[in-house]
Amino acid sequence: MTKLLTSRRSLLKSSAAAAGAIGMPSLVRAADAARPIRIGLLAPLTGVIAAGGKELVEGFQMYWEQVGMMAGTRKVEIVIEDDASNPDTALQKARRLVEQANVDFLFGNILANTGLAVANYVKNTGTPYFIPVIAADDLTQRTRIPNVIRVAGYTASQTAHPLGDWAYKQGYRHVATISQDYTFGHEQCGGFAQVFTEAGGKIVQQFWHPLNTSDFSSYLGQLVTAGADAIFAMETGADSTRFIQQYASFGLKGRIPLLGSMNATDQSVIRTMGADAEGIISCAHFAEGSTDPVTVKFVADYEKRYQKLPSIYGFSHYSGAMWVDEALGKIRGNVEDRALFLKTVLATELVGSPLGKTVKLDAYGNPVYDVMVRKVVKRPDGKLWNEPFETYPQVSQFWKYDPETYMKQPPYSRTFQGIKA
Amino acid sequence: MFQLLNGMTFAALLFVVASGFTLIFGLLRIVNLAHGALYLFGGYVGFTVGGIAGSFVVAAISAMIFVAAAGLVLDRGVLRLVRGGELRQVMLTLGVAFVLNDAGLVIWGGDTLTVPTPEALQGAVVIGSLFYPKFRLFVLAMGIAVFAGLWLLLNKTRLGALIRAGVDDREMVEACGINIKRVFLVTFMLGSALAGLGGVLGGTFLALYPGADAEILVFSLAVVIIGGRGSLVGAATGALLIGLLNTFGQVWFPQLAYFVIFGPMAALLAFRPLGLFGKEA
Repeated sequence: MTKLLTSRRSLLKSSAAAAGAIGMPSLVRAADAARPIRIGLLAPLTGVIAAGGKELVEGFQMYWEQVGMMAGTRKVEIVIEDDASNPDTALQKARRLVEQANVDFLFGNILANTGLAVANYVKNTGTPYFIPVIAADDLTQRTRIPNVIRVAGYTASQTAHPLGDWAYKQGYRHVATISQDYTFGHEQCGGFAQVFTEAGGKIVQQFWHPLNTSDFSSYLGQLVTAGADAIFAMETGADSTRFIQQYASFGLKGRIPLLGSMNATDQSVIRTMGADAEGIISCAHFAEGSTDPVTVKFVADYEKRYQKLPSIYGFSHYSGAMWVDEALGKIRGNVEDRALFLKTVLATELVGSPLGKTVKLDAYGNPVYDVMVRKVVKRPDGKLWNEPFETYPQVSQFWKYDPETYMKQPPYSRTFQGIKA
Repeated sequence: MFQLLNGMTFAALLFVVASGFTLIFGLLRIVNLAHGALYLFGGYVGFTVGGIAGSFVVAAISAMIFVAAAGLVLDRGVLRLVRGGELRQVMLTLGVAFVLNDAGLVIWGGDTLTVPTPEALQGAVVIGSLFYPKFRLFVLAMGIAVFAGLWLLLNKTRLGALIRAGVDDREMVEACGINIKRVFLVTFMLGSALAGLGGVLGGTFLALYPGADAEILVFSLAVVIIGGRGSLVGAATGALLIGLLNTFGQVWFPQLAYFVIFGPMAALLAFRPLGLFGKEA
């Protein structure tokens, strides 16, 4: 936290300095070669997802520290702004970063609505914007913005598709879903429901609850009687903690198998939990319990640096930073040529990824991953983590569908869940 | 039956928190917007102490003491400076809420934490085909106990009489030679302690995280507004109403989960601006 505070403070200074320079843009341009590359990092350091925001910053900073704050031959400066988990603030801070702090590109955000606000803004300015966590499907599908690239990110339904397939293969035929009532939830449930029902399964009931539901008891009562072989829960943050705990305390654990979205059993949720979370199955491209030596090393480094296992937020921003750095290396740090920069990022294959495999982007700017089926288990030292036990190789955001056909169907929403009757 | 229990256990928690809120609101005429933050802090303190001492009772008591002390500082330290200006007092408590929030984030980080459930209350009771967590029943019992305790305090003791008199007519009490400031202080600390207790209870079955304070504050506000300022019976009725509406609303009208609570509240206010049991000040 001290680190964060200092960076906030130095940020004040640097943005003040930048504000002073605004009057003389030509002067700034002239010094380009010697000038450090300036990255604007937007993170929710306060508000509902503050814990995730802190880890986002940690992962991002850890990467740049490891490479000595250098991209190619140029120094890197990170300017951190707090988006307060709020789209209005996110937009205002993005503006400040671009117009006053003169950053070369933007990075970050966690909540879809904050990311969409910033994406809409950079659509007009052309500022490159990288979103390792913003998962809204359409940002790399139906409504692509060329300068918004999901380096080291994922779409909401990308990992839900294989889970639908896996659930059917386990012999589950009737599944009920429960999800937070917002786009990210609609898209994950949709991805799961479409693949699961097309295989022949049936979605018996779907529950949508408001974000920040403190008491799940009424939903749990209905889940018991829904007649489901398994339950798919799409939850993030505190909702996830509460749902999993109440699922256990109401005695559903052990009676009805629980499948989770990747974020439901993310480290940011399970690191403070106990036996209640054990045994939950989820699908994701990252598993901190993987035995791949590269992942093992990354997890150990992260744990040493921050005394905790990496969450999806830390992992994604570490990888995202690496991705952009690899691209910058190829063009010798020439971030001023935006078109070249964006083209290079899109063409770059991430060789050093903590996943231990090379990751590349599809033609729409979204990575293709080997998606793992994971289970929450206890490590020998008592900490919980996700251990992978099965892999779906090379899963793109379009699953097994043809991209053009897939994008002709409407985006997943509360009313369109891709369910095949 | 199952959903009825759900509603009532949630109502019991709301009552514990809102009864403290309504005491302060009724007597001091302050909408203490830091009440939610005090709740969260109580939960956090309970979490830390519970982790060290390993005892739920110790955790609950230390949270109450700590938060009561925080209430003391709040009342003596800052609210005293703006006594009389109601709007300024409200704004000040909001500021305090923000400060406490950020302090919580610095000290405990933003991860979702849970106060450990005491051994004896883990697991569930089976009544017929019903499967119900023991801890929630305990919360229900606590809610009833707090109601009984407060009722006795307010109706059978001198302090209670002073508080009731203060709610009705502050100046008159002062004119009788009572040191109303001290009554204010005691009430403030008592109300805060209840927030702390609520924090430990809530922290056990609803978890603690940044933002929990605002959620519980909104619910408490609704409870107090429906029940009427400073009324204990009102707070109990309001809590029951909100708890049940919240639960059954989720079951019957899942799309309108929030409207179900605040819709009726708005309607009620239109006809009874002072709440069900509120009295003209």
